[in-house]
Amino acid sequence: MLEYRVEIALWAISGIIPFFMLNIWTNNNLNESINISDVLLSRYFLCAFFVRQFSVVWVVFSFEEDSLMGKVSPYLIQPLNPFFRYFAQHLAEQITRFPFALIIAFFFFIFNPESIWMPNLGILVLSIVSTFLSFLIQFLIQSIVACLCFWTEKASSIERLLFIPTLFLSGLLAPVVSFPAYVKSWIYLTPFPYLIDFPANLLSGNETNISGGLIMQIIWIFLLFPLFKKTWSEGTKKYTAMGS
Amino acid sequence: MKLSKYLKVYKKFLHTSLASELEYKTNILVDLITAILSLVGSIFLLSIFFQNNGYIGGWKFEQALIIQAIYTILNGITNTWFNPNLTEIVKHIREGTLDFVLLKPIDSQFFISLKKINPSGFLEILLGFLLLFFCIRINQINLSLSFLTLSSITISCSICILYSLWFFISTTTIWFVKTWNAIEVLRSFLYIGRFPLNSFSFSLRIFFSVFIPIAFITTIPSEVFLGISVLWKILLEVIVATIFLITSRKFWLFAIKFYSSASS
Repeated sequence: MLEYRVEIALWAISGIIPFFMLNIWTNNNLNESINISDVLLSRYFLCAFFVRQFSVVWVVFSFEEDSLMGKVSPYLIQPLNPFFRYFAQHLAEQITRFPFALIIAFFFFIFNPESIWMPNLGILVLSIVSTFLSFLIQFLIQSIVACLCFWTEKASSIERLLFIPTLFLSGLLAPVVSFPAYVKSWIYLTPFPYLIDFPANLLSGNETNISGGLIMQIIWIFLLFPLFKKTWSEGTKKYTAMGS
Repeated sequence: MKLSKYLKVYKKFLHTSLASELEYKTNILVDLITAILSLVGSIFLLSIFFQNNGYIGGWKFEQALIIQAIYTILNGITNTWFNPNLTEIVKHIREGTLDFVLLKPIDSQFFISLKKINPSGFLEILLGFLLLFFCIRINQINLSLSFLTLSSITISCSICILYSLWFFISTTTIWFVKTWNAIEVLRSFLYIGRFPLNSFSFSLRIFFSVFIPIAFITTIPSEVFLGISVLWKILLEVIVATIFLITSRKFWLFAIKFYSSASS
């Protein structure tokens, strides 16, 4: 992973959309209407950036390429589910990404010195846990989509479809608190707000229901994991290696 | 004579790439739903911004929708032509197949920029135009000849700038080999083209008009639609577009001098 430092740095930069959004929010004083101060909002978007950096998943693209190239066949012979391989890759890249994310945070604090804060240790641990759970949820969803490769060959378009609600509803572009009431009434039942909004609120010290959020994340993992198992076993039965 | 040859070749490109893309029919359907959802999502985001404010950066909601429409059209064009072709450059260079492109008795930039086409992008362009017509109605814009020429000039300039930006980034692959993520960076910067330039702070506005001219891409055509554009801005856009096109061409010719095939 360290071979591609520039690539990972660029990857980290490409996640700066939350900062542009923050700029729109504060520059037009939009936050007054949702009762979040400038400082808290800027912390929120910084945390959203961090959570996104450490929960981004691309397993479907790797798996699609491997499956189209016929690389999945040797993986299947090995006594280890190939998704462990992708899982390890994701973890390794997250660790490499950490210093770059810190550099971006450093620049952020230079421009917004008033928003420097130090979350206490308990909150920090909890938010790392919830970020990891968010990563797990996204990894499971994408793995399920990736298994659809066994049927359609091009599963990445389904992933792009699922990315749209993730982008708009997860809280990356606007905190879920600011959503209109008709969306807020059902959104907390979907996995989306637990992907970015919940861990970011937790870390930035905004108001949030800590135990409720963690429980919902765990419930979603328990719902998705059997589904992944099922699609995986169905898919491998369906699988015919390239050229057969 | 030369032009007719290129037209003929382009027809072949269209034919082959359409044939291969239509192999994945469900894909096109999924892409259509994606395009619709993404438009709905961005209008939803805009409505959040406007729910308690009448104006954002001096733009009303109905006016900001025009930017959204133009962004959707341009994004559709990107998905139809730029994205499938220019991401291919990265592959050509990594696998050394650029040799075959350079050997062909045809302009390499032409070949590399127009070889493929992704038909699902058309749907996005169509959606963008529908929204644009809707905006023309709700903003009560009078269609006149001068308005139509001005708006088509500015939009074609935006397309040129967009193309050059994509082409620049992809060409740098010749030195850096893996620019996949550089394209992602460009994509995330382009994302701010969905919003009026005036809604950003002053420093970001400068950054997005001088370094990466995203400001020109959507805001100026939208201003033309609203009839609030100034002549110098349109002229400036034309100049910027020409400079970008010429430098992208020069840059490509310069870059292939450094191309040293795979394994050499």
